Amino acid sequence: MKELLIGNGAIARGLYEAGCEIVSSYPGTPSTEITELAAKFDDIYCEWAPNEKVAMEVAFGASLRGKRACCAMKHVGLNVAADPLFTLSYTGVTGGLVICVADDPGMHSSQNEQDSRHYAIAAKVPMLEPSDSKEALEFTKKAFELSEEYDTPVIIKMCTRVAHSQSVVELSERVVPEMKPYEKNMQKYIMMPAMAKKRHPFVEERTQKLTALAETSDLNREEWGTGEIGIITSSTSYQYVKEVFGNEASVLKLGMINPLPVERIKNFASKVKKLYIVEELDGIIEAHVKNLGLQVEGKEMFSNIGEFSQSIVAEAFGKEIPAFDSIETAVPMRPPVMCAGCPHRGMYYVLSKNKITVLGDIGCYTLGAQAPLSALDSTLCMGASVSGLHGFNKAGGKETEGKSVCVIGDSTFMHSGVTGLINIAYNGSNSTVIILDNSITGMTGHQQNPTTGYNIKGDPAAKIDLETLCKAVGINRVRVVDPYNLAECEAAVKEELSVDEPSVIISRRPCVLLKSVKLNPPVKVDRDKCKSCKMCMKLGCPAISMHGGKAEIDKTLCVGCGVCEQLCKFDAILEGGAL
Amino acid sequence: MNKSIMIVGVGGQGSLLASKLLGKLLLSEGLDVKVSEVHGMSQRGGSVVTYVRCGQKVYSPVIDKGGADCIVSFEKLEAARWIEYLKKDGVIITNTQQIDPMPVITGAAEYPENILDELSSKVKVDALDALSLATEAGSAKAVNIVLMGRLAKYFDISYDKWISAIETTVAERFVELNKKAFELGYNY
Ligand SMILES: Cc1ncc(C[n+]2csc(CCOP(=O)(O)OP(=O)(O)O)c2C)c(N)n1
Repeated sequence: MKELLIGNGAIARGLYEAGCEIVSSYPGTPSTEITELAAKFDDIYCEWAPNEKVAMEVAFGASLRGKRACCAMKHVGLNVAADPLFTLSYTGVTGGLVICVADDPGMHSSQNEQDSRHYAIAAKVPMLEPSDSKEALEFTKKAFELSEEYDTPVIIKMCTRVAHSQSVVELSERVVPEMKPYEKNMQKYIMMPAMAKKRHPFVEERTQKLTALAETSDLNREEWGTGEIGIITSSTSYQYVKEVFGNEASVLKLGMINPLPVERIKNFASKVKKLYIVEELDGIIEAHVKNLGLQVEGKEMFSNIGEFSQSIVAEAFGKEIPAFDSIETAVPMRPPVMCAGCPHRGMYYVLSKNKITVLGDIGCYTLGAQAPLSALDSTLCMGASVSGLHGFNKAGGKETEGKSVCVIGDSTFMHSGVTGLINIAYNGSNSTVIILDNSITGMTGHQQNPTTGYNIKGDPAAKIDLETLCKAVGINRVRVVDPYNLAECEAAVKEELSVDEPSVIISRRPCVLLKSVKLNPPVKVDRDKCKSCKMCMKLGCPAISMHGGKAEIDKTLCVGCGVCEQLCKFDAILEGGAL
Repeated sequence: MNKSIMIVGVGGQGSLLASKLLGKLLLSEGLDVKVSEVHGMSQRGGSVVTYVRCGQKVYSPVIDKGGADCIVSFEKLEAARWIEYLKKDGVIITNTQQIDPMPVITGAAEYPENILDELSSKVKVDALDALSLATEAGSAKAVNIVLMGRLAKYFDISYDKWISAIETTVAERFVELNKKAFELGYNY
């Protein structure tokens, strides 16, 4: 049967067909749907782990016990899971183990543009790189076979354009391999120096064998063209090359990006007049090809920044690109914003108003960095707000302790914030941590997490009690506020900043986009009372704008949170239903 | 039939459903199809774009400047934002609705006043008040299907095939509403 699937859906289907039985992941765009869609198959046990390191270790355990297992994450997630990855390379697997990692060239929704291919090389693990959904499905199945045959975890590398593009796939049946019996094998699975020393040569040998495979495998393929040039490429770059050249250029399309073949590349090079490499981000294939002593052009023609397209490829080769029309008027930007009624907004208003230094973290609440709230001072990586604040205060002492806080979402706190909080308690900084608890992992599209009380299937699950957790790690001052209540938030922030010990403020209210949240009728503006002071505009709420000098509420967006009402000194904003 | 269509709008306006419908329909015509979306950040009221491409064989999942046969825009400023992506003889189908972006709300920028006139002076524009038509059909949320109805005018695919694609794409209880929305866009 033929179907249109996004690349991530094709991977999920591949997991199903390959008989994968355990999937543990942490969400992150553009990888999230792999696990969300795998969870729709009742035959696959899926879960959201608190972070990527945990997820990969769960997959390791499942493989150790003899089943096919998988974990999925975005590129930066692999930084978090790098520790298990590098030694998993040594232990190898029992049941097949596949790691899906999705890069985000162009940074559609990421904090950096790192190239995950470096990890495969550094950890000496094979990496497959599909260029569309059909390959995503096939490569997933192939990855499990390779994993078991070569005793190695296998990475499948996606990128935004493959992960989030729908293309046609062919479906087949699920085949579950027999579960491998459990046998204690200390030489293979206990990685202490004596054993690891013996496993490292195994890894090197495995790479040799995989290189031999790359020489003949149909994961890589030559497409001979009519012209004289040859292009080595992979992933979505392959699609752009084909779009531009059709059958005109010869193409060596690499589906296995690590290890790379040697003889096959030399052979391809010998059959073309001029050799080029088209690859997004870093020049990894290029470095390999140059190491073989071959003449090749790559990053001289193409940037290592951002994503490519057919026009970028065409232009680099001096081909014509289509003409187009433009307009003179400047079109204002439309950046993403915190939703109307977002519970993060109230707390941000208070922090911004009091000119507090805010070490930020990653989530919907990162959007509070934008005007008019401009509430954040830093955003590095998940969890860094809490640990960063500790360092900031150790460096700044009394001068910063009384006017700096950090903000972190519930999912992010579970991911890697709690370790920073343990450090604050243990190494004693006078830090104020604000947990923005909206009862969901918002930014990545509403995944459950350990604080929500539900699992990936939406079934009830253990619910971590944040207050108890914070107290248990040694924070004595833990309080909960409602971010819709500005006075309460302001009082709490001022008080906790003034005391001489660490504290946690939990700013708690569920995300307004959750189906379980009851919304209020939109508020209304009494135009006679509105004095055009624009106080309400300071919230940066997308539902409020000024028209004809008066504040106006967009009824389709407003959910009646009432925060703007509290700001209006002239009582011009009225609860819905009034007037 | 080789076609490249862009669906642009504001995060939350339902462009994903429109592209799903279109993808399904084109696949059922026996064509190769690619649909490229961006999830995540852009859903939070930001500018969103979906590329739909079909033909005997489609390679690239994205559309470049000067590459779209048609741009379907859910909001008029978004039509202006993406105009350079239109082919020289292409058409923009746009909803006349105005949704102020944050820089306009904060006063940092102005919503260009006669944007539709300026667009029409440069390229072929088919503008309609899809919000009113959707409301007439029974829900403001059906803007996406109203616009698909309008898009159908520019395709060599029978009305009935569009309707059966709707029937298999939207939830059963919304089928009648969406059929009506489609019809209103088509016959506008
Ligand atoms: C290591 C890592 N994994 C995953 C992500 C993707 N990501 C960005 S924010 C976020 C979670 C945000 O959830 P939460 O902290 O609850 O805040 P909310 O968005 O709900 O406000 C995730 C998973 C990331 N940026 N880095």
